[in-house]
Amino acid sequence: MNLILLSIIKKEFHHILRDPQTLTIIIFMPVMMLFLFGYAITLEMKQIETAIIDEAKSNESRAFIEQLMATDFFRITSADVKSNQIETIFKERKARCALIIPYDFSSALQRNKKVKIQLLVDASDPNAANFINNYVNQLNLKFNLKNNADVFIPFSFEPVMLYNPDLKSYYFFVPGLIAVILLLISALLTSIAIVREKERGTMEQILVSPVSPIQIIIGKTLPYTALGFLDSIIILLFGCLWFGVPLNGPVLLLGFSLILYIITGLSFGLLVSTISKTQQVAMLAALLATILPTIMLSGFIFPVASMPLIFQYLSLIVPATHFLEIIRGIMLKGIGLKELYIQLGYLFILTAFLIALSIKKFSRNLEG
Amino acid sequence: METVKIKNNSHSVIVEALTKKFGGFTAVNNISFRVSGGEIFGFLGANGAGKTTAIRMLCGLLMPTSGQATVAGFDVYTEYEKIKMNIGYMSQKFSLYEDLTVRENIEFYGGVYGLSRKEIREKTDYLMDYLKLWDHADDLTKSLPLGWKQRMALSTALLHDPDIIFLDEPTSGVDPVSRRNFWLLIYELAEQGKTIFVTTHFMDEAEYCHRLSIMRDGLIVELDKPGVLKKKYNAENMQDVFMKIVRGGKGQD
Repeated sequence: MNLILLSIIKKEFHHILRDPQTLTIIIFMPVMMLFLFGYAITLEMKQIETAIIDEAKSNESRAFIEQLMATDFFRITSADVKSNQIETIFKERKARCALIIPYDFSSALQRNKKVKIQLLVDASDPNAANFINNYVNQLNLKFNLKNNADVFIPFSFEPVMLYNPDLKSYYFFVPGLIAVILLLISALLTSIAIVREKERGTMEQILVSPVSPIQIIIGKTLPYTALGFLDSIIILLFGCLWFGVPLNGPVLLLGFSLILYIITGLSFGLLVSTISKTQQVAMLAALLATILPTIMLSGFIFPVASMPLIFQYLSLIVPATHFLEIIRGIMLKGIGLKELYIQLGYLFILTAFLIALSIKKFSRNLEG
Repeated sequence: METVKIKNNSHSVIVEALTKKFGGFTAVNNISFRVSGGEIFGFLGANGAGKTTAIRMLCGLLMPTSGQATVAGFDVYTEYEKIKMNIGYMSQKFSLYEDLTVRENIEFYGGVYGLSRKEIREKTDYLMDYLKLWDHADDLTKSLPLGWKQRMALSTALLHDPDIIFLDEPTSGVDPVSRRNFWLLIYELAEQGKTIFVTTHFMDEAEYCHRLSIMRDGLIVELDKPGVLKKKYNAENMQDVFMKIVRGGKGQD
């Protein structure tokens, strides 16, 4: 029994080590995706192209502009613009926002009169537009406090950013990436590994042997469990050492959740392999069934709480939703079993359901 | 049906009214035959005649829709796990794992059939000698010529020393010299007392069989020794016999 299992596992490792494509997926894809999400795809905004229309041209207006330029947020691409050129600038995408300082800026300030500075924002990207608006309001507040200290403000918010004080987006992405990559690797590779044998006719040869379906399933999935685990360690190491993402919570619980989550992916892969006859179909099915819901519905990028209600319910059956809460909780917030047992329970139930379904569907003969 | 259950040592395979339907399509229709130990039993038929489906039912890869069958004395419905220990099977698609070496293939299949490490080592040595493959033991299987691969595949399918061997078009795509060598191997196995169950569409190969069954549209239309069939259809060779039967002429044209 053990020798049978061992033979299958050994054979599977031979396949993996001799297939450059599989090796590339396993080793380079996680690192590549990590750097892609860590650097290129960032939700932070800086260096916003800004146009300035300074109609006042006074000391005060220049001070105001200097203060803007001192931040990393704005980059003045067009200074000294005439007001009739504004539209052209926006259309040519030379600027995403424009500030118009009125000619009576200084005199109004001196007379303690309210000054209105107009902010024009290109809202074809509404998220960015919102972001710019908020930032400018904050600056405005600061500027007023500094120059009009006697203005009485009844209360103010003092925000303190917890768990990710610098709002670094890779704090958010690195744990999320583990969720995406692990599911992809375990589901994709397992399903391809099984369908490949169906295609080549070797599965038939194994099915006429006395090997039991359980042995085939375990022998086929165990090597990929190990690889999935290896991948998560690669990502964790890169995330923690290179990007400086903290790992505050219990490592043991993290390891356990990782394995549970890998098994989720493997059973997904098994399920895919039972419905696919060719490797292409398996690949497509695995991608559609894992990547899309994981990226769109799990809270990987878009917060679940702001989705329409029906999608919020749908996200409950996406394993990554629960895993993300677990891994972000453990890594960033340093919480443990006490706070996460509900998510772990959800993940456990989903995994058990998938395993049961895939074993039931995995046919011991050629009829399935 | 009582007779089917009798475990007769002289009959390796007993088939009574075996039928397989896929939805509305009847792939194998009510076939019956017996195969004795040490016999080379040929299955002839055009593509889609039902040969592969019949063989797959006997190997436990497909469940029959109705009828009875025993292989090595075990029932195909309930005792397929025992059947698997007693049969060797080589499908038309089967080649070894191309990205594994010759030795690794033997180790894998030996392991799958539950052979011990010692047995696997002995079998490997024996097969390397027998197939004269020592120089290629650690080469990837894909580097071997097709004829060698087929003989390797057959030997690998026989690692657990089964009494009954099912070969589903084992020589398709193999050159004539290699086919001849392959059949020498089959004869050798039959002499050892093994039952060989082989499907083919090469008519010269059909001549090598002790008995032949010819299938058309899921039915067995003829079953006898090649010589008897040639006489019955007044034919020179099996090619003629086959053409007459496939045309449905029953020897009248």
